[in-house]
Formats: sequence, structure tokens, C-alpha cells
Amino acid sequence: MARITASVYSSHIPAVGAAFDLGKTHEPYWQKVFSGYDFSKQWENEQKPDVIFLVYNDHATAFSLSMIPTFAIMTGPEFMPADEGYGRRPVPPVIGHPELASHIASEVIQKDFDLTIVNEIDVDHGLTVPMTCMFGKVDAWPCKVIPFAVNVVQHPVPSGARCFALGQAIRAAIESYPEDLNVQVWGTGGMSHQLQGPRAGLINREWDNDFLDRLIDDPAGLSKMPNIDYVREAGSEGIELVMWLIARGAMADTRGGPKPKVAHRFYHVPASNTAVGHLILENA
Amino acid sequence: MSLDKEFKEIPGTIIFDAEQSRKGYWLNQFCMSLMKAANRERFKANERAYLDEWKMTEDQKQAVMARDLNAMMALGGNIYFLSKIGATDGKSFQQMAGSMTGMSEEAYRDMMINGGRSIEGNRRIGEHGDAQRPNKDK
Repeated sequence: MARITASVYSSHIPAVGAAFDLGKTHEPYWQKVFSGYDFSKQWENEQKPDVIFLVYNDHATAFSLSMIPTFAIMTGPEFMPADEGYGRRPVPPVIGHPELASHIASEVIQKDFDLTIVNEIDVDHGLTVPMTCMFGKVDAWPCKVIPFAVNVVQHPVPSGARCFALGQAIRAAIESYPEDLNVQVWGTGGMSHQLQGPRAGLINREWDNDFLDRLIDDPAGLSKMPNIDYVREAGSEGIELVMWLIARGAMADTRGGPKPKVAHRFYHVPASNTAVGHLILENA
Repeated sequence: MSLDKEFKEIPGTIIFDAEQSRKGYWLNQFCMSLMKAANRERFKANERAYLDEWKMTEDQKQAVMARDLNAMMALGGNIYFLSKIGATDGKSFQQMAGSMTGMSEEAYRDMMINGGRSIEGNRRIGEHGDAQRPNKDK
């Protein structure tokens, strides 16, 4: 059977992707960011996942105002890195897992999570930047990826509680897939940042670290935090952090299993406008 | 059910909800068109003529030509869409975000390196933080 071995959480800041693509990773400013992923690249080398279920959001790239799906699962075979206005990132195409993705869609829709199903889409920095952080420079990504997009652009966006419950349903769906697969679930975005208005540049280090503590120790309690708190405390774009609760909901302890092991934790300010947060949790 | 009014009580922040989305629909869709290189060229060659192809209000067009991001936000723009204009101009996201704060590019960058803008006094309108100044564009 397929099994979820770990969850990974990471910011997905576009400037981090640009710094990597332009060969600036050793500049002091960026070295501080990339150093937080040195452990992670080594760890992924050892973990060798078969599939990553990758939760991210599209940033007015593939979805404009003409379509705004709240939750969208990508069941297609291949996804190209998007041209977001600066040209396509020089990273490999993302290879999907149509069979597992369709199985997950089928299972969770029957549990009343009304997903949108997408077969053709270009994936933006929300997906490709965490891939770069975790795998570095590669000719081909070492595993398959099921992209899963959440609307965090137009309010109301889904609540933390809904995301957490969805994560639990996704976990059950993955674990009922008959093939023996090592699956990781990633939650991306955040941490505190605001990209608009006179409050732009907001960073809330204390709140971010409390979020990480609670994500580890009390995800069910954390999931009850209302969306207004994310926006007020972590900035208008800090609302992306609700997506981390999907990945956290997919861990074994949410159904009475043992608590996950914290394999890695990293926090740094700033990368561009944003606080960088990164966490790896392993199922025992 | 409309959004909780608490969202409107955050200083220096415009929440992109259904109302803003309706107001800014064509402004944002114009921005999306700039993801195609051919459209970027046409826009740069004659901004006014390109903008006149879209069902935008005159205020929205003026705000675009003035590159006034705060005004564009107030008129229904969303920053992820508006960033396509910045990309067309060769601006980074940090330059765009900083331009909305009234700070110089250098001062904004230094603020970020020193830990970013503090949350203290910036949670609710009427407190005394540095994001409370009246929005000059309203």
C-alpha cells in the first residue's frame, strides 16, 4: 500500500527561485536562506520519495479572475513551469501521477470535499521554488508530483479547519492506494509577509514561531484559528499558511498514531519581503 | 454571508474580496494579458491605446499609467495581478511592495534586512504603528 512517510513545509518566495536561477546562492544575503535547506537536500537523497503531494497556490498565473477554484487537484501526466512574465524558470517539467491523483480525487470527493479536477496547467513559483529548495539543480525531478492548488488570493479562502480535515481525507485516500509508494505531503507558502499597501513589509517573528510550535504540537487546536488572525498577525499574504494545515492533517497522529518526529526546523528573515519558514516532520 | 468587518479594520491593507474583485475585474484581466510578450510590447509602445482596448474605468487607466499601486489596489486591483505591470517594467516584487509604503527603495530594503515592519501598533486602525498613516491615494 502507499504510505505517507513525511510532511514538508516551506515558503515559496519567487525571489528565492530567481536567486537560484541567476547563480546567487553564495551571496551572503541568499546564502542565509539556502543554508536552511542544506539538511533537506541530504535528507531527500536518503528518503527517495516516489511521489510528492504538493499543496501550493497559483499566483494569478494559470488561474486568473476567470476561474477561481477553491481546491484543485492536478490529475494530468505533465506540467510545465509557467512563464510568470520573466520567462519560464529553467527547471525540469513536473511529472504527475495521474493514477494516484485520480484515486485521491475520487476518494475525497466521495467524502464531500468538492475538488476541481485539472488536467492541463502550467505550475508557477508556488510549486517550483520549494522543489528547487529541496532538490537543488537537477536535470529531472527525482520523483513524481501531484500538484494541489488552493485559492488564497480572493477572500473568503478556505479555513484552517477545512484544510486540516481535507488533509486527513487525503491521507486516508493515499493509504488506500494499492501500490507500494513512498509519499510525502508538502504544504507551501508563508510565513509572515504583506506585499501591499502602507503595511507592506510586515514580519511577525514571534507569531511565526508560535505557528511552527503549534503546527508540531497542537495542529487540531491551531486549525481552529480564524482566517482574520492570519491576515492581521502575519500579513495579507500570510494567509497562505492555511495550506500548511493540509499537509499537517495528512500525518498519522491526526488519527491516533504516534506524534511525528521533527527532523528539521528553520526560520529566517528576510528573503525579499518575506519570512522564510521550513519544517520537516517524519511519521514514526 | 459577507466577510467579517474585522478584515476592514486592519490598517494599510485592502482585502481582495468579491466586491474588490468585481470592481477590479478588467483591471486585473488587463494585467493578465501582460504575461504574453507580444502584449507587453504593444502596451509599452502605446499604453493609452492598449488600455483603451479594456473595459476599465478612466481612474483605473490613470492609475496604471501613473504606476500608482495603492490607487490600483483601491480600484480593485490585486497585487499578484498588478505585479505583471511591474514585471513588464523590470521591477522586482520588493521594489513594487516598497513603492506602496512611501519609503525609499533603500529604506524599505534596510527595514526588511533589519527584521521587517513591526506588528506593534499595526494590528487595528487607530493604533499607533507606522502603517497607520492615511493612504494618500484615497
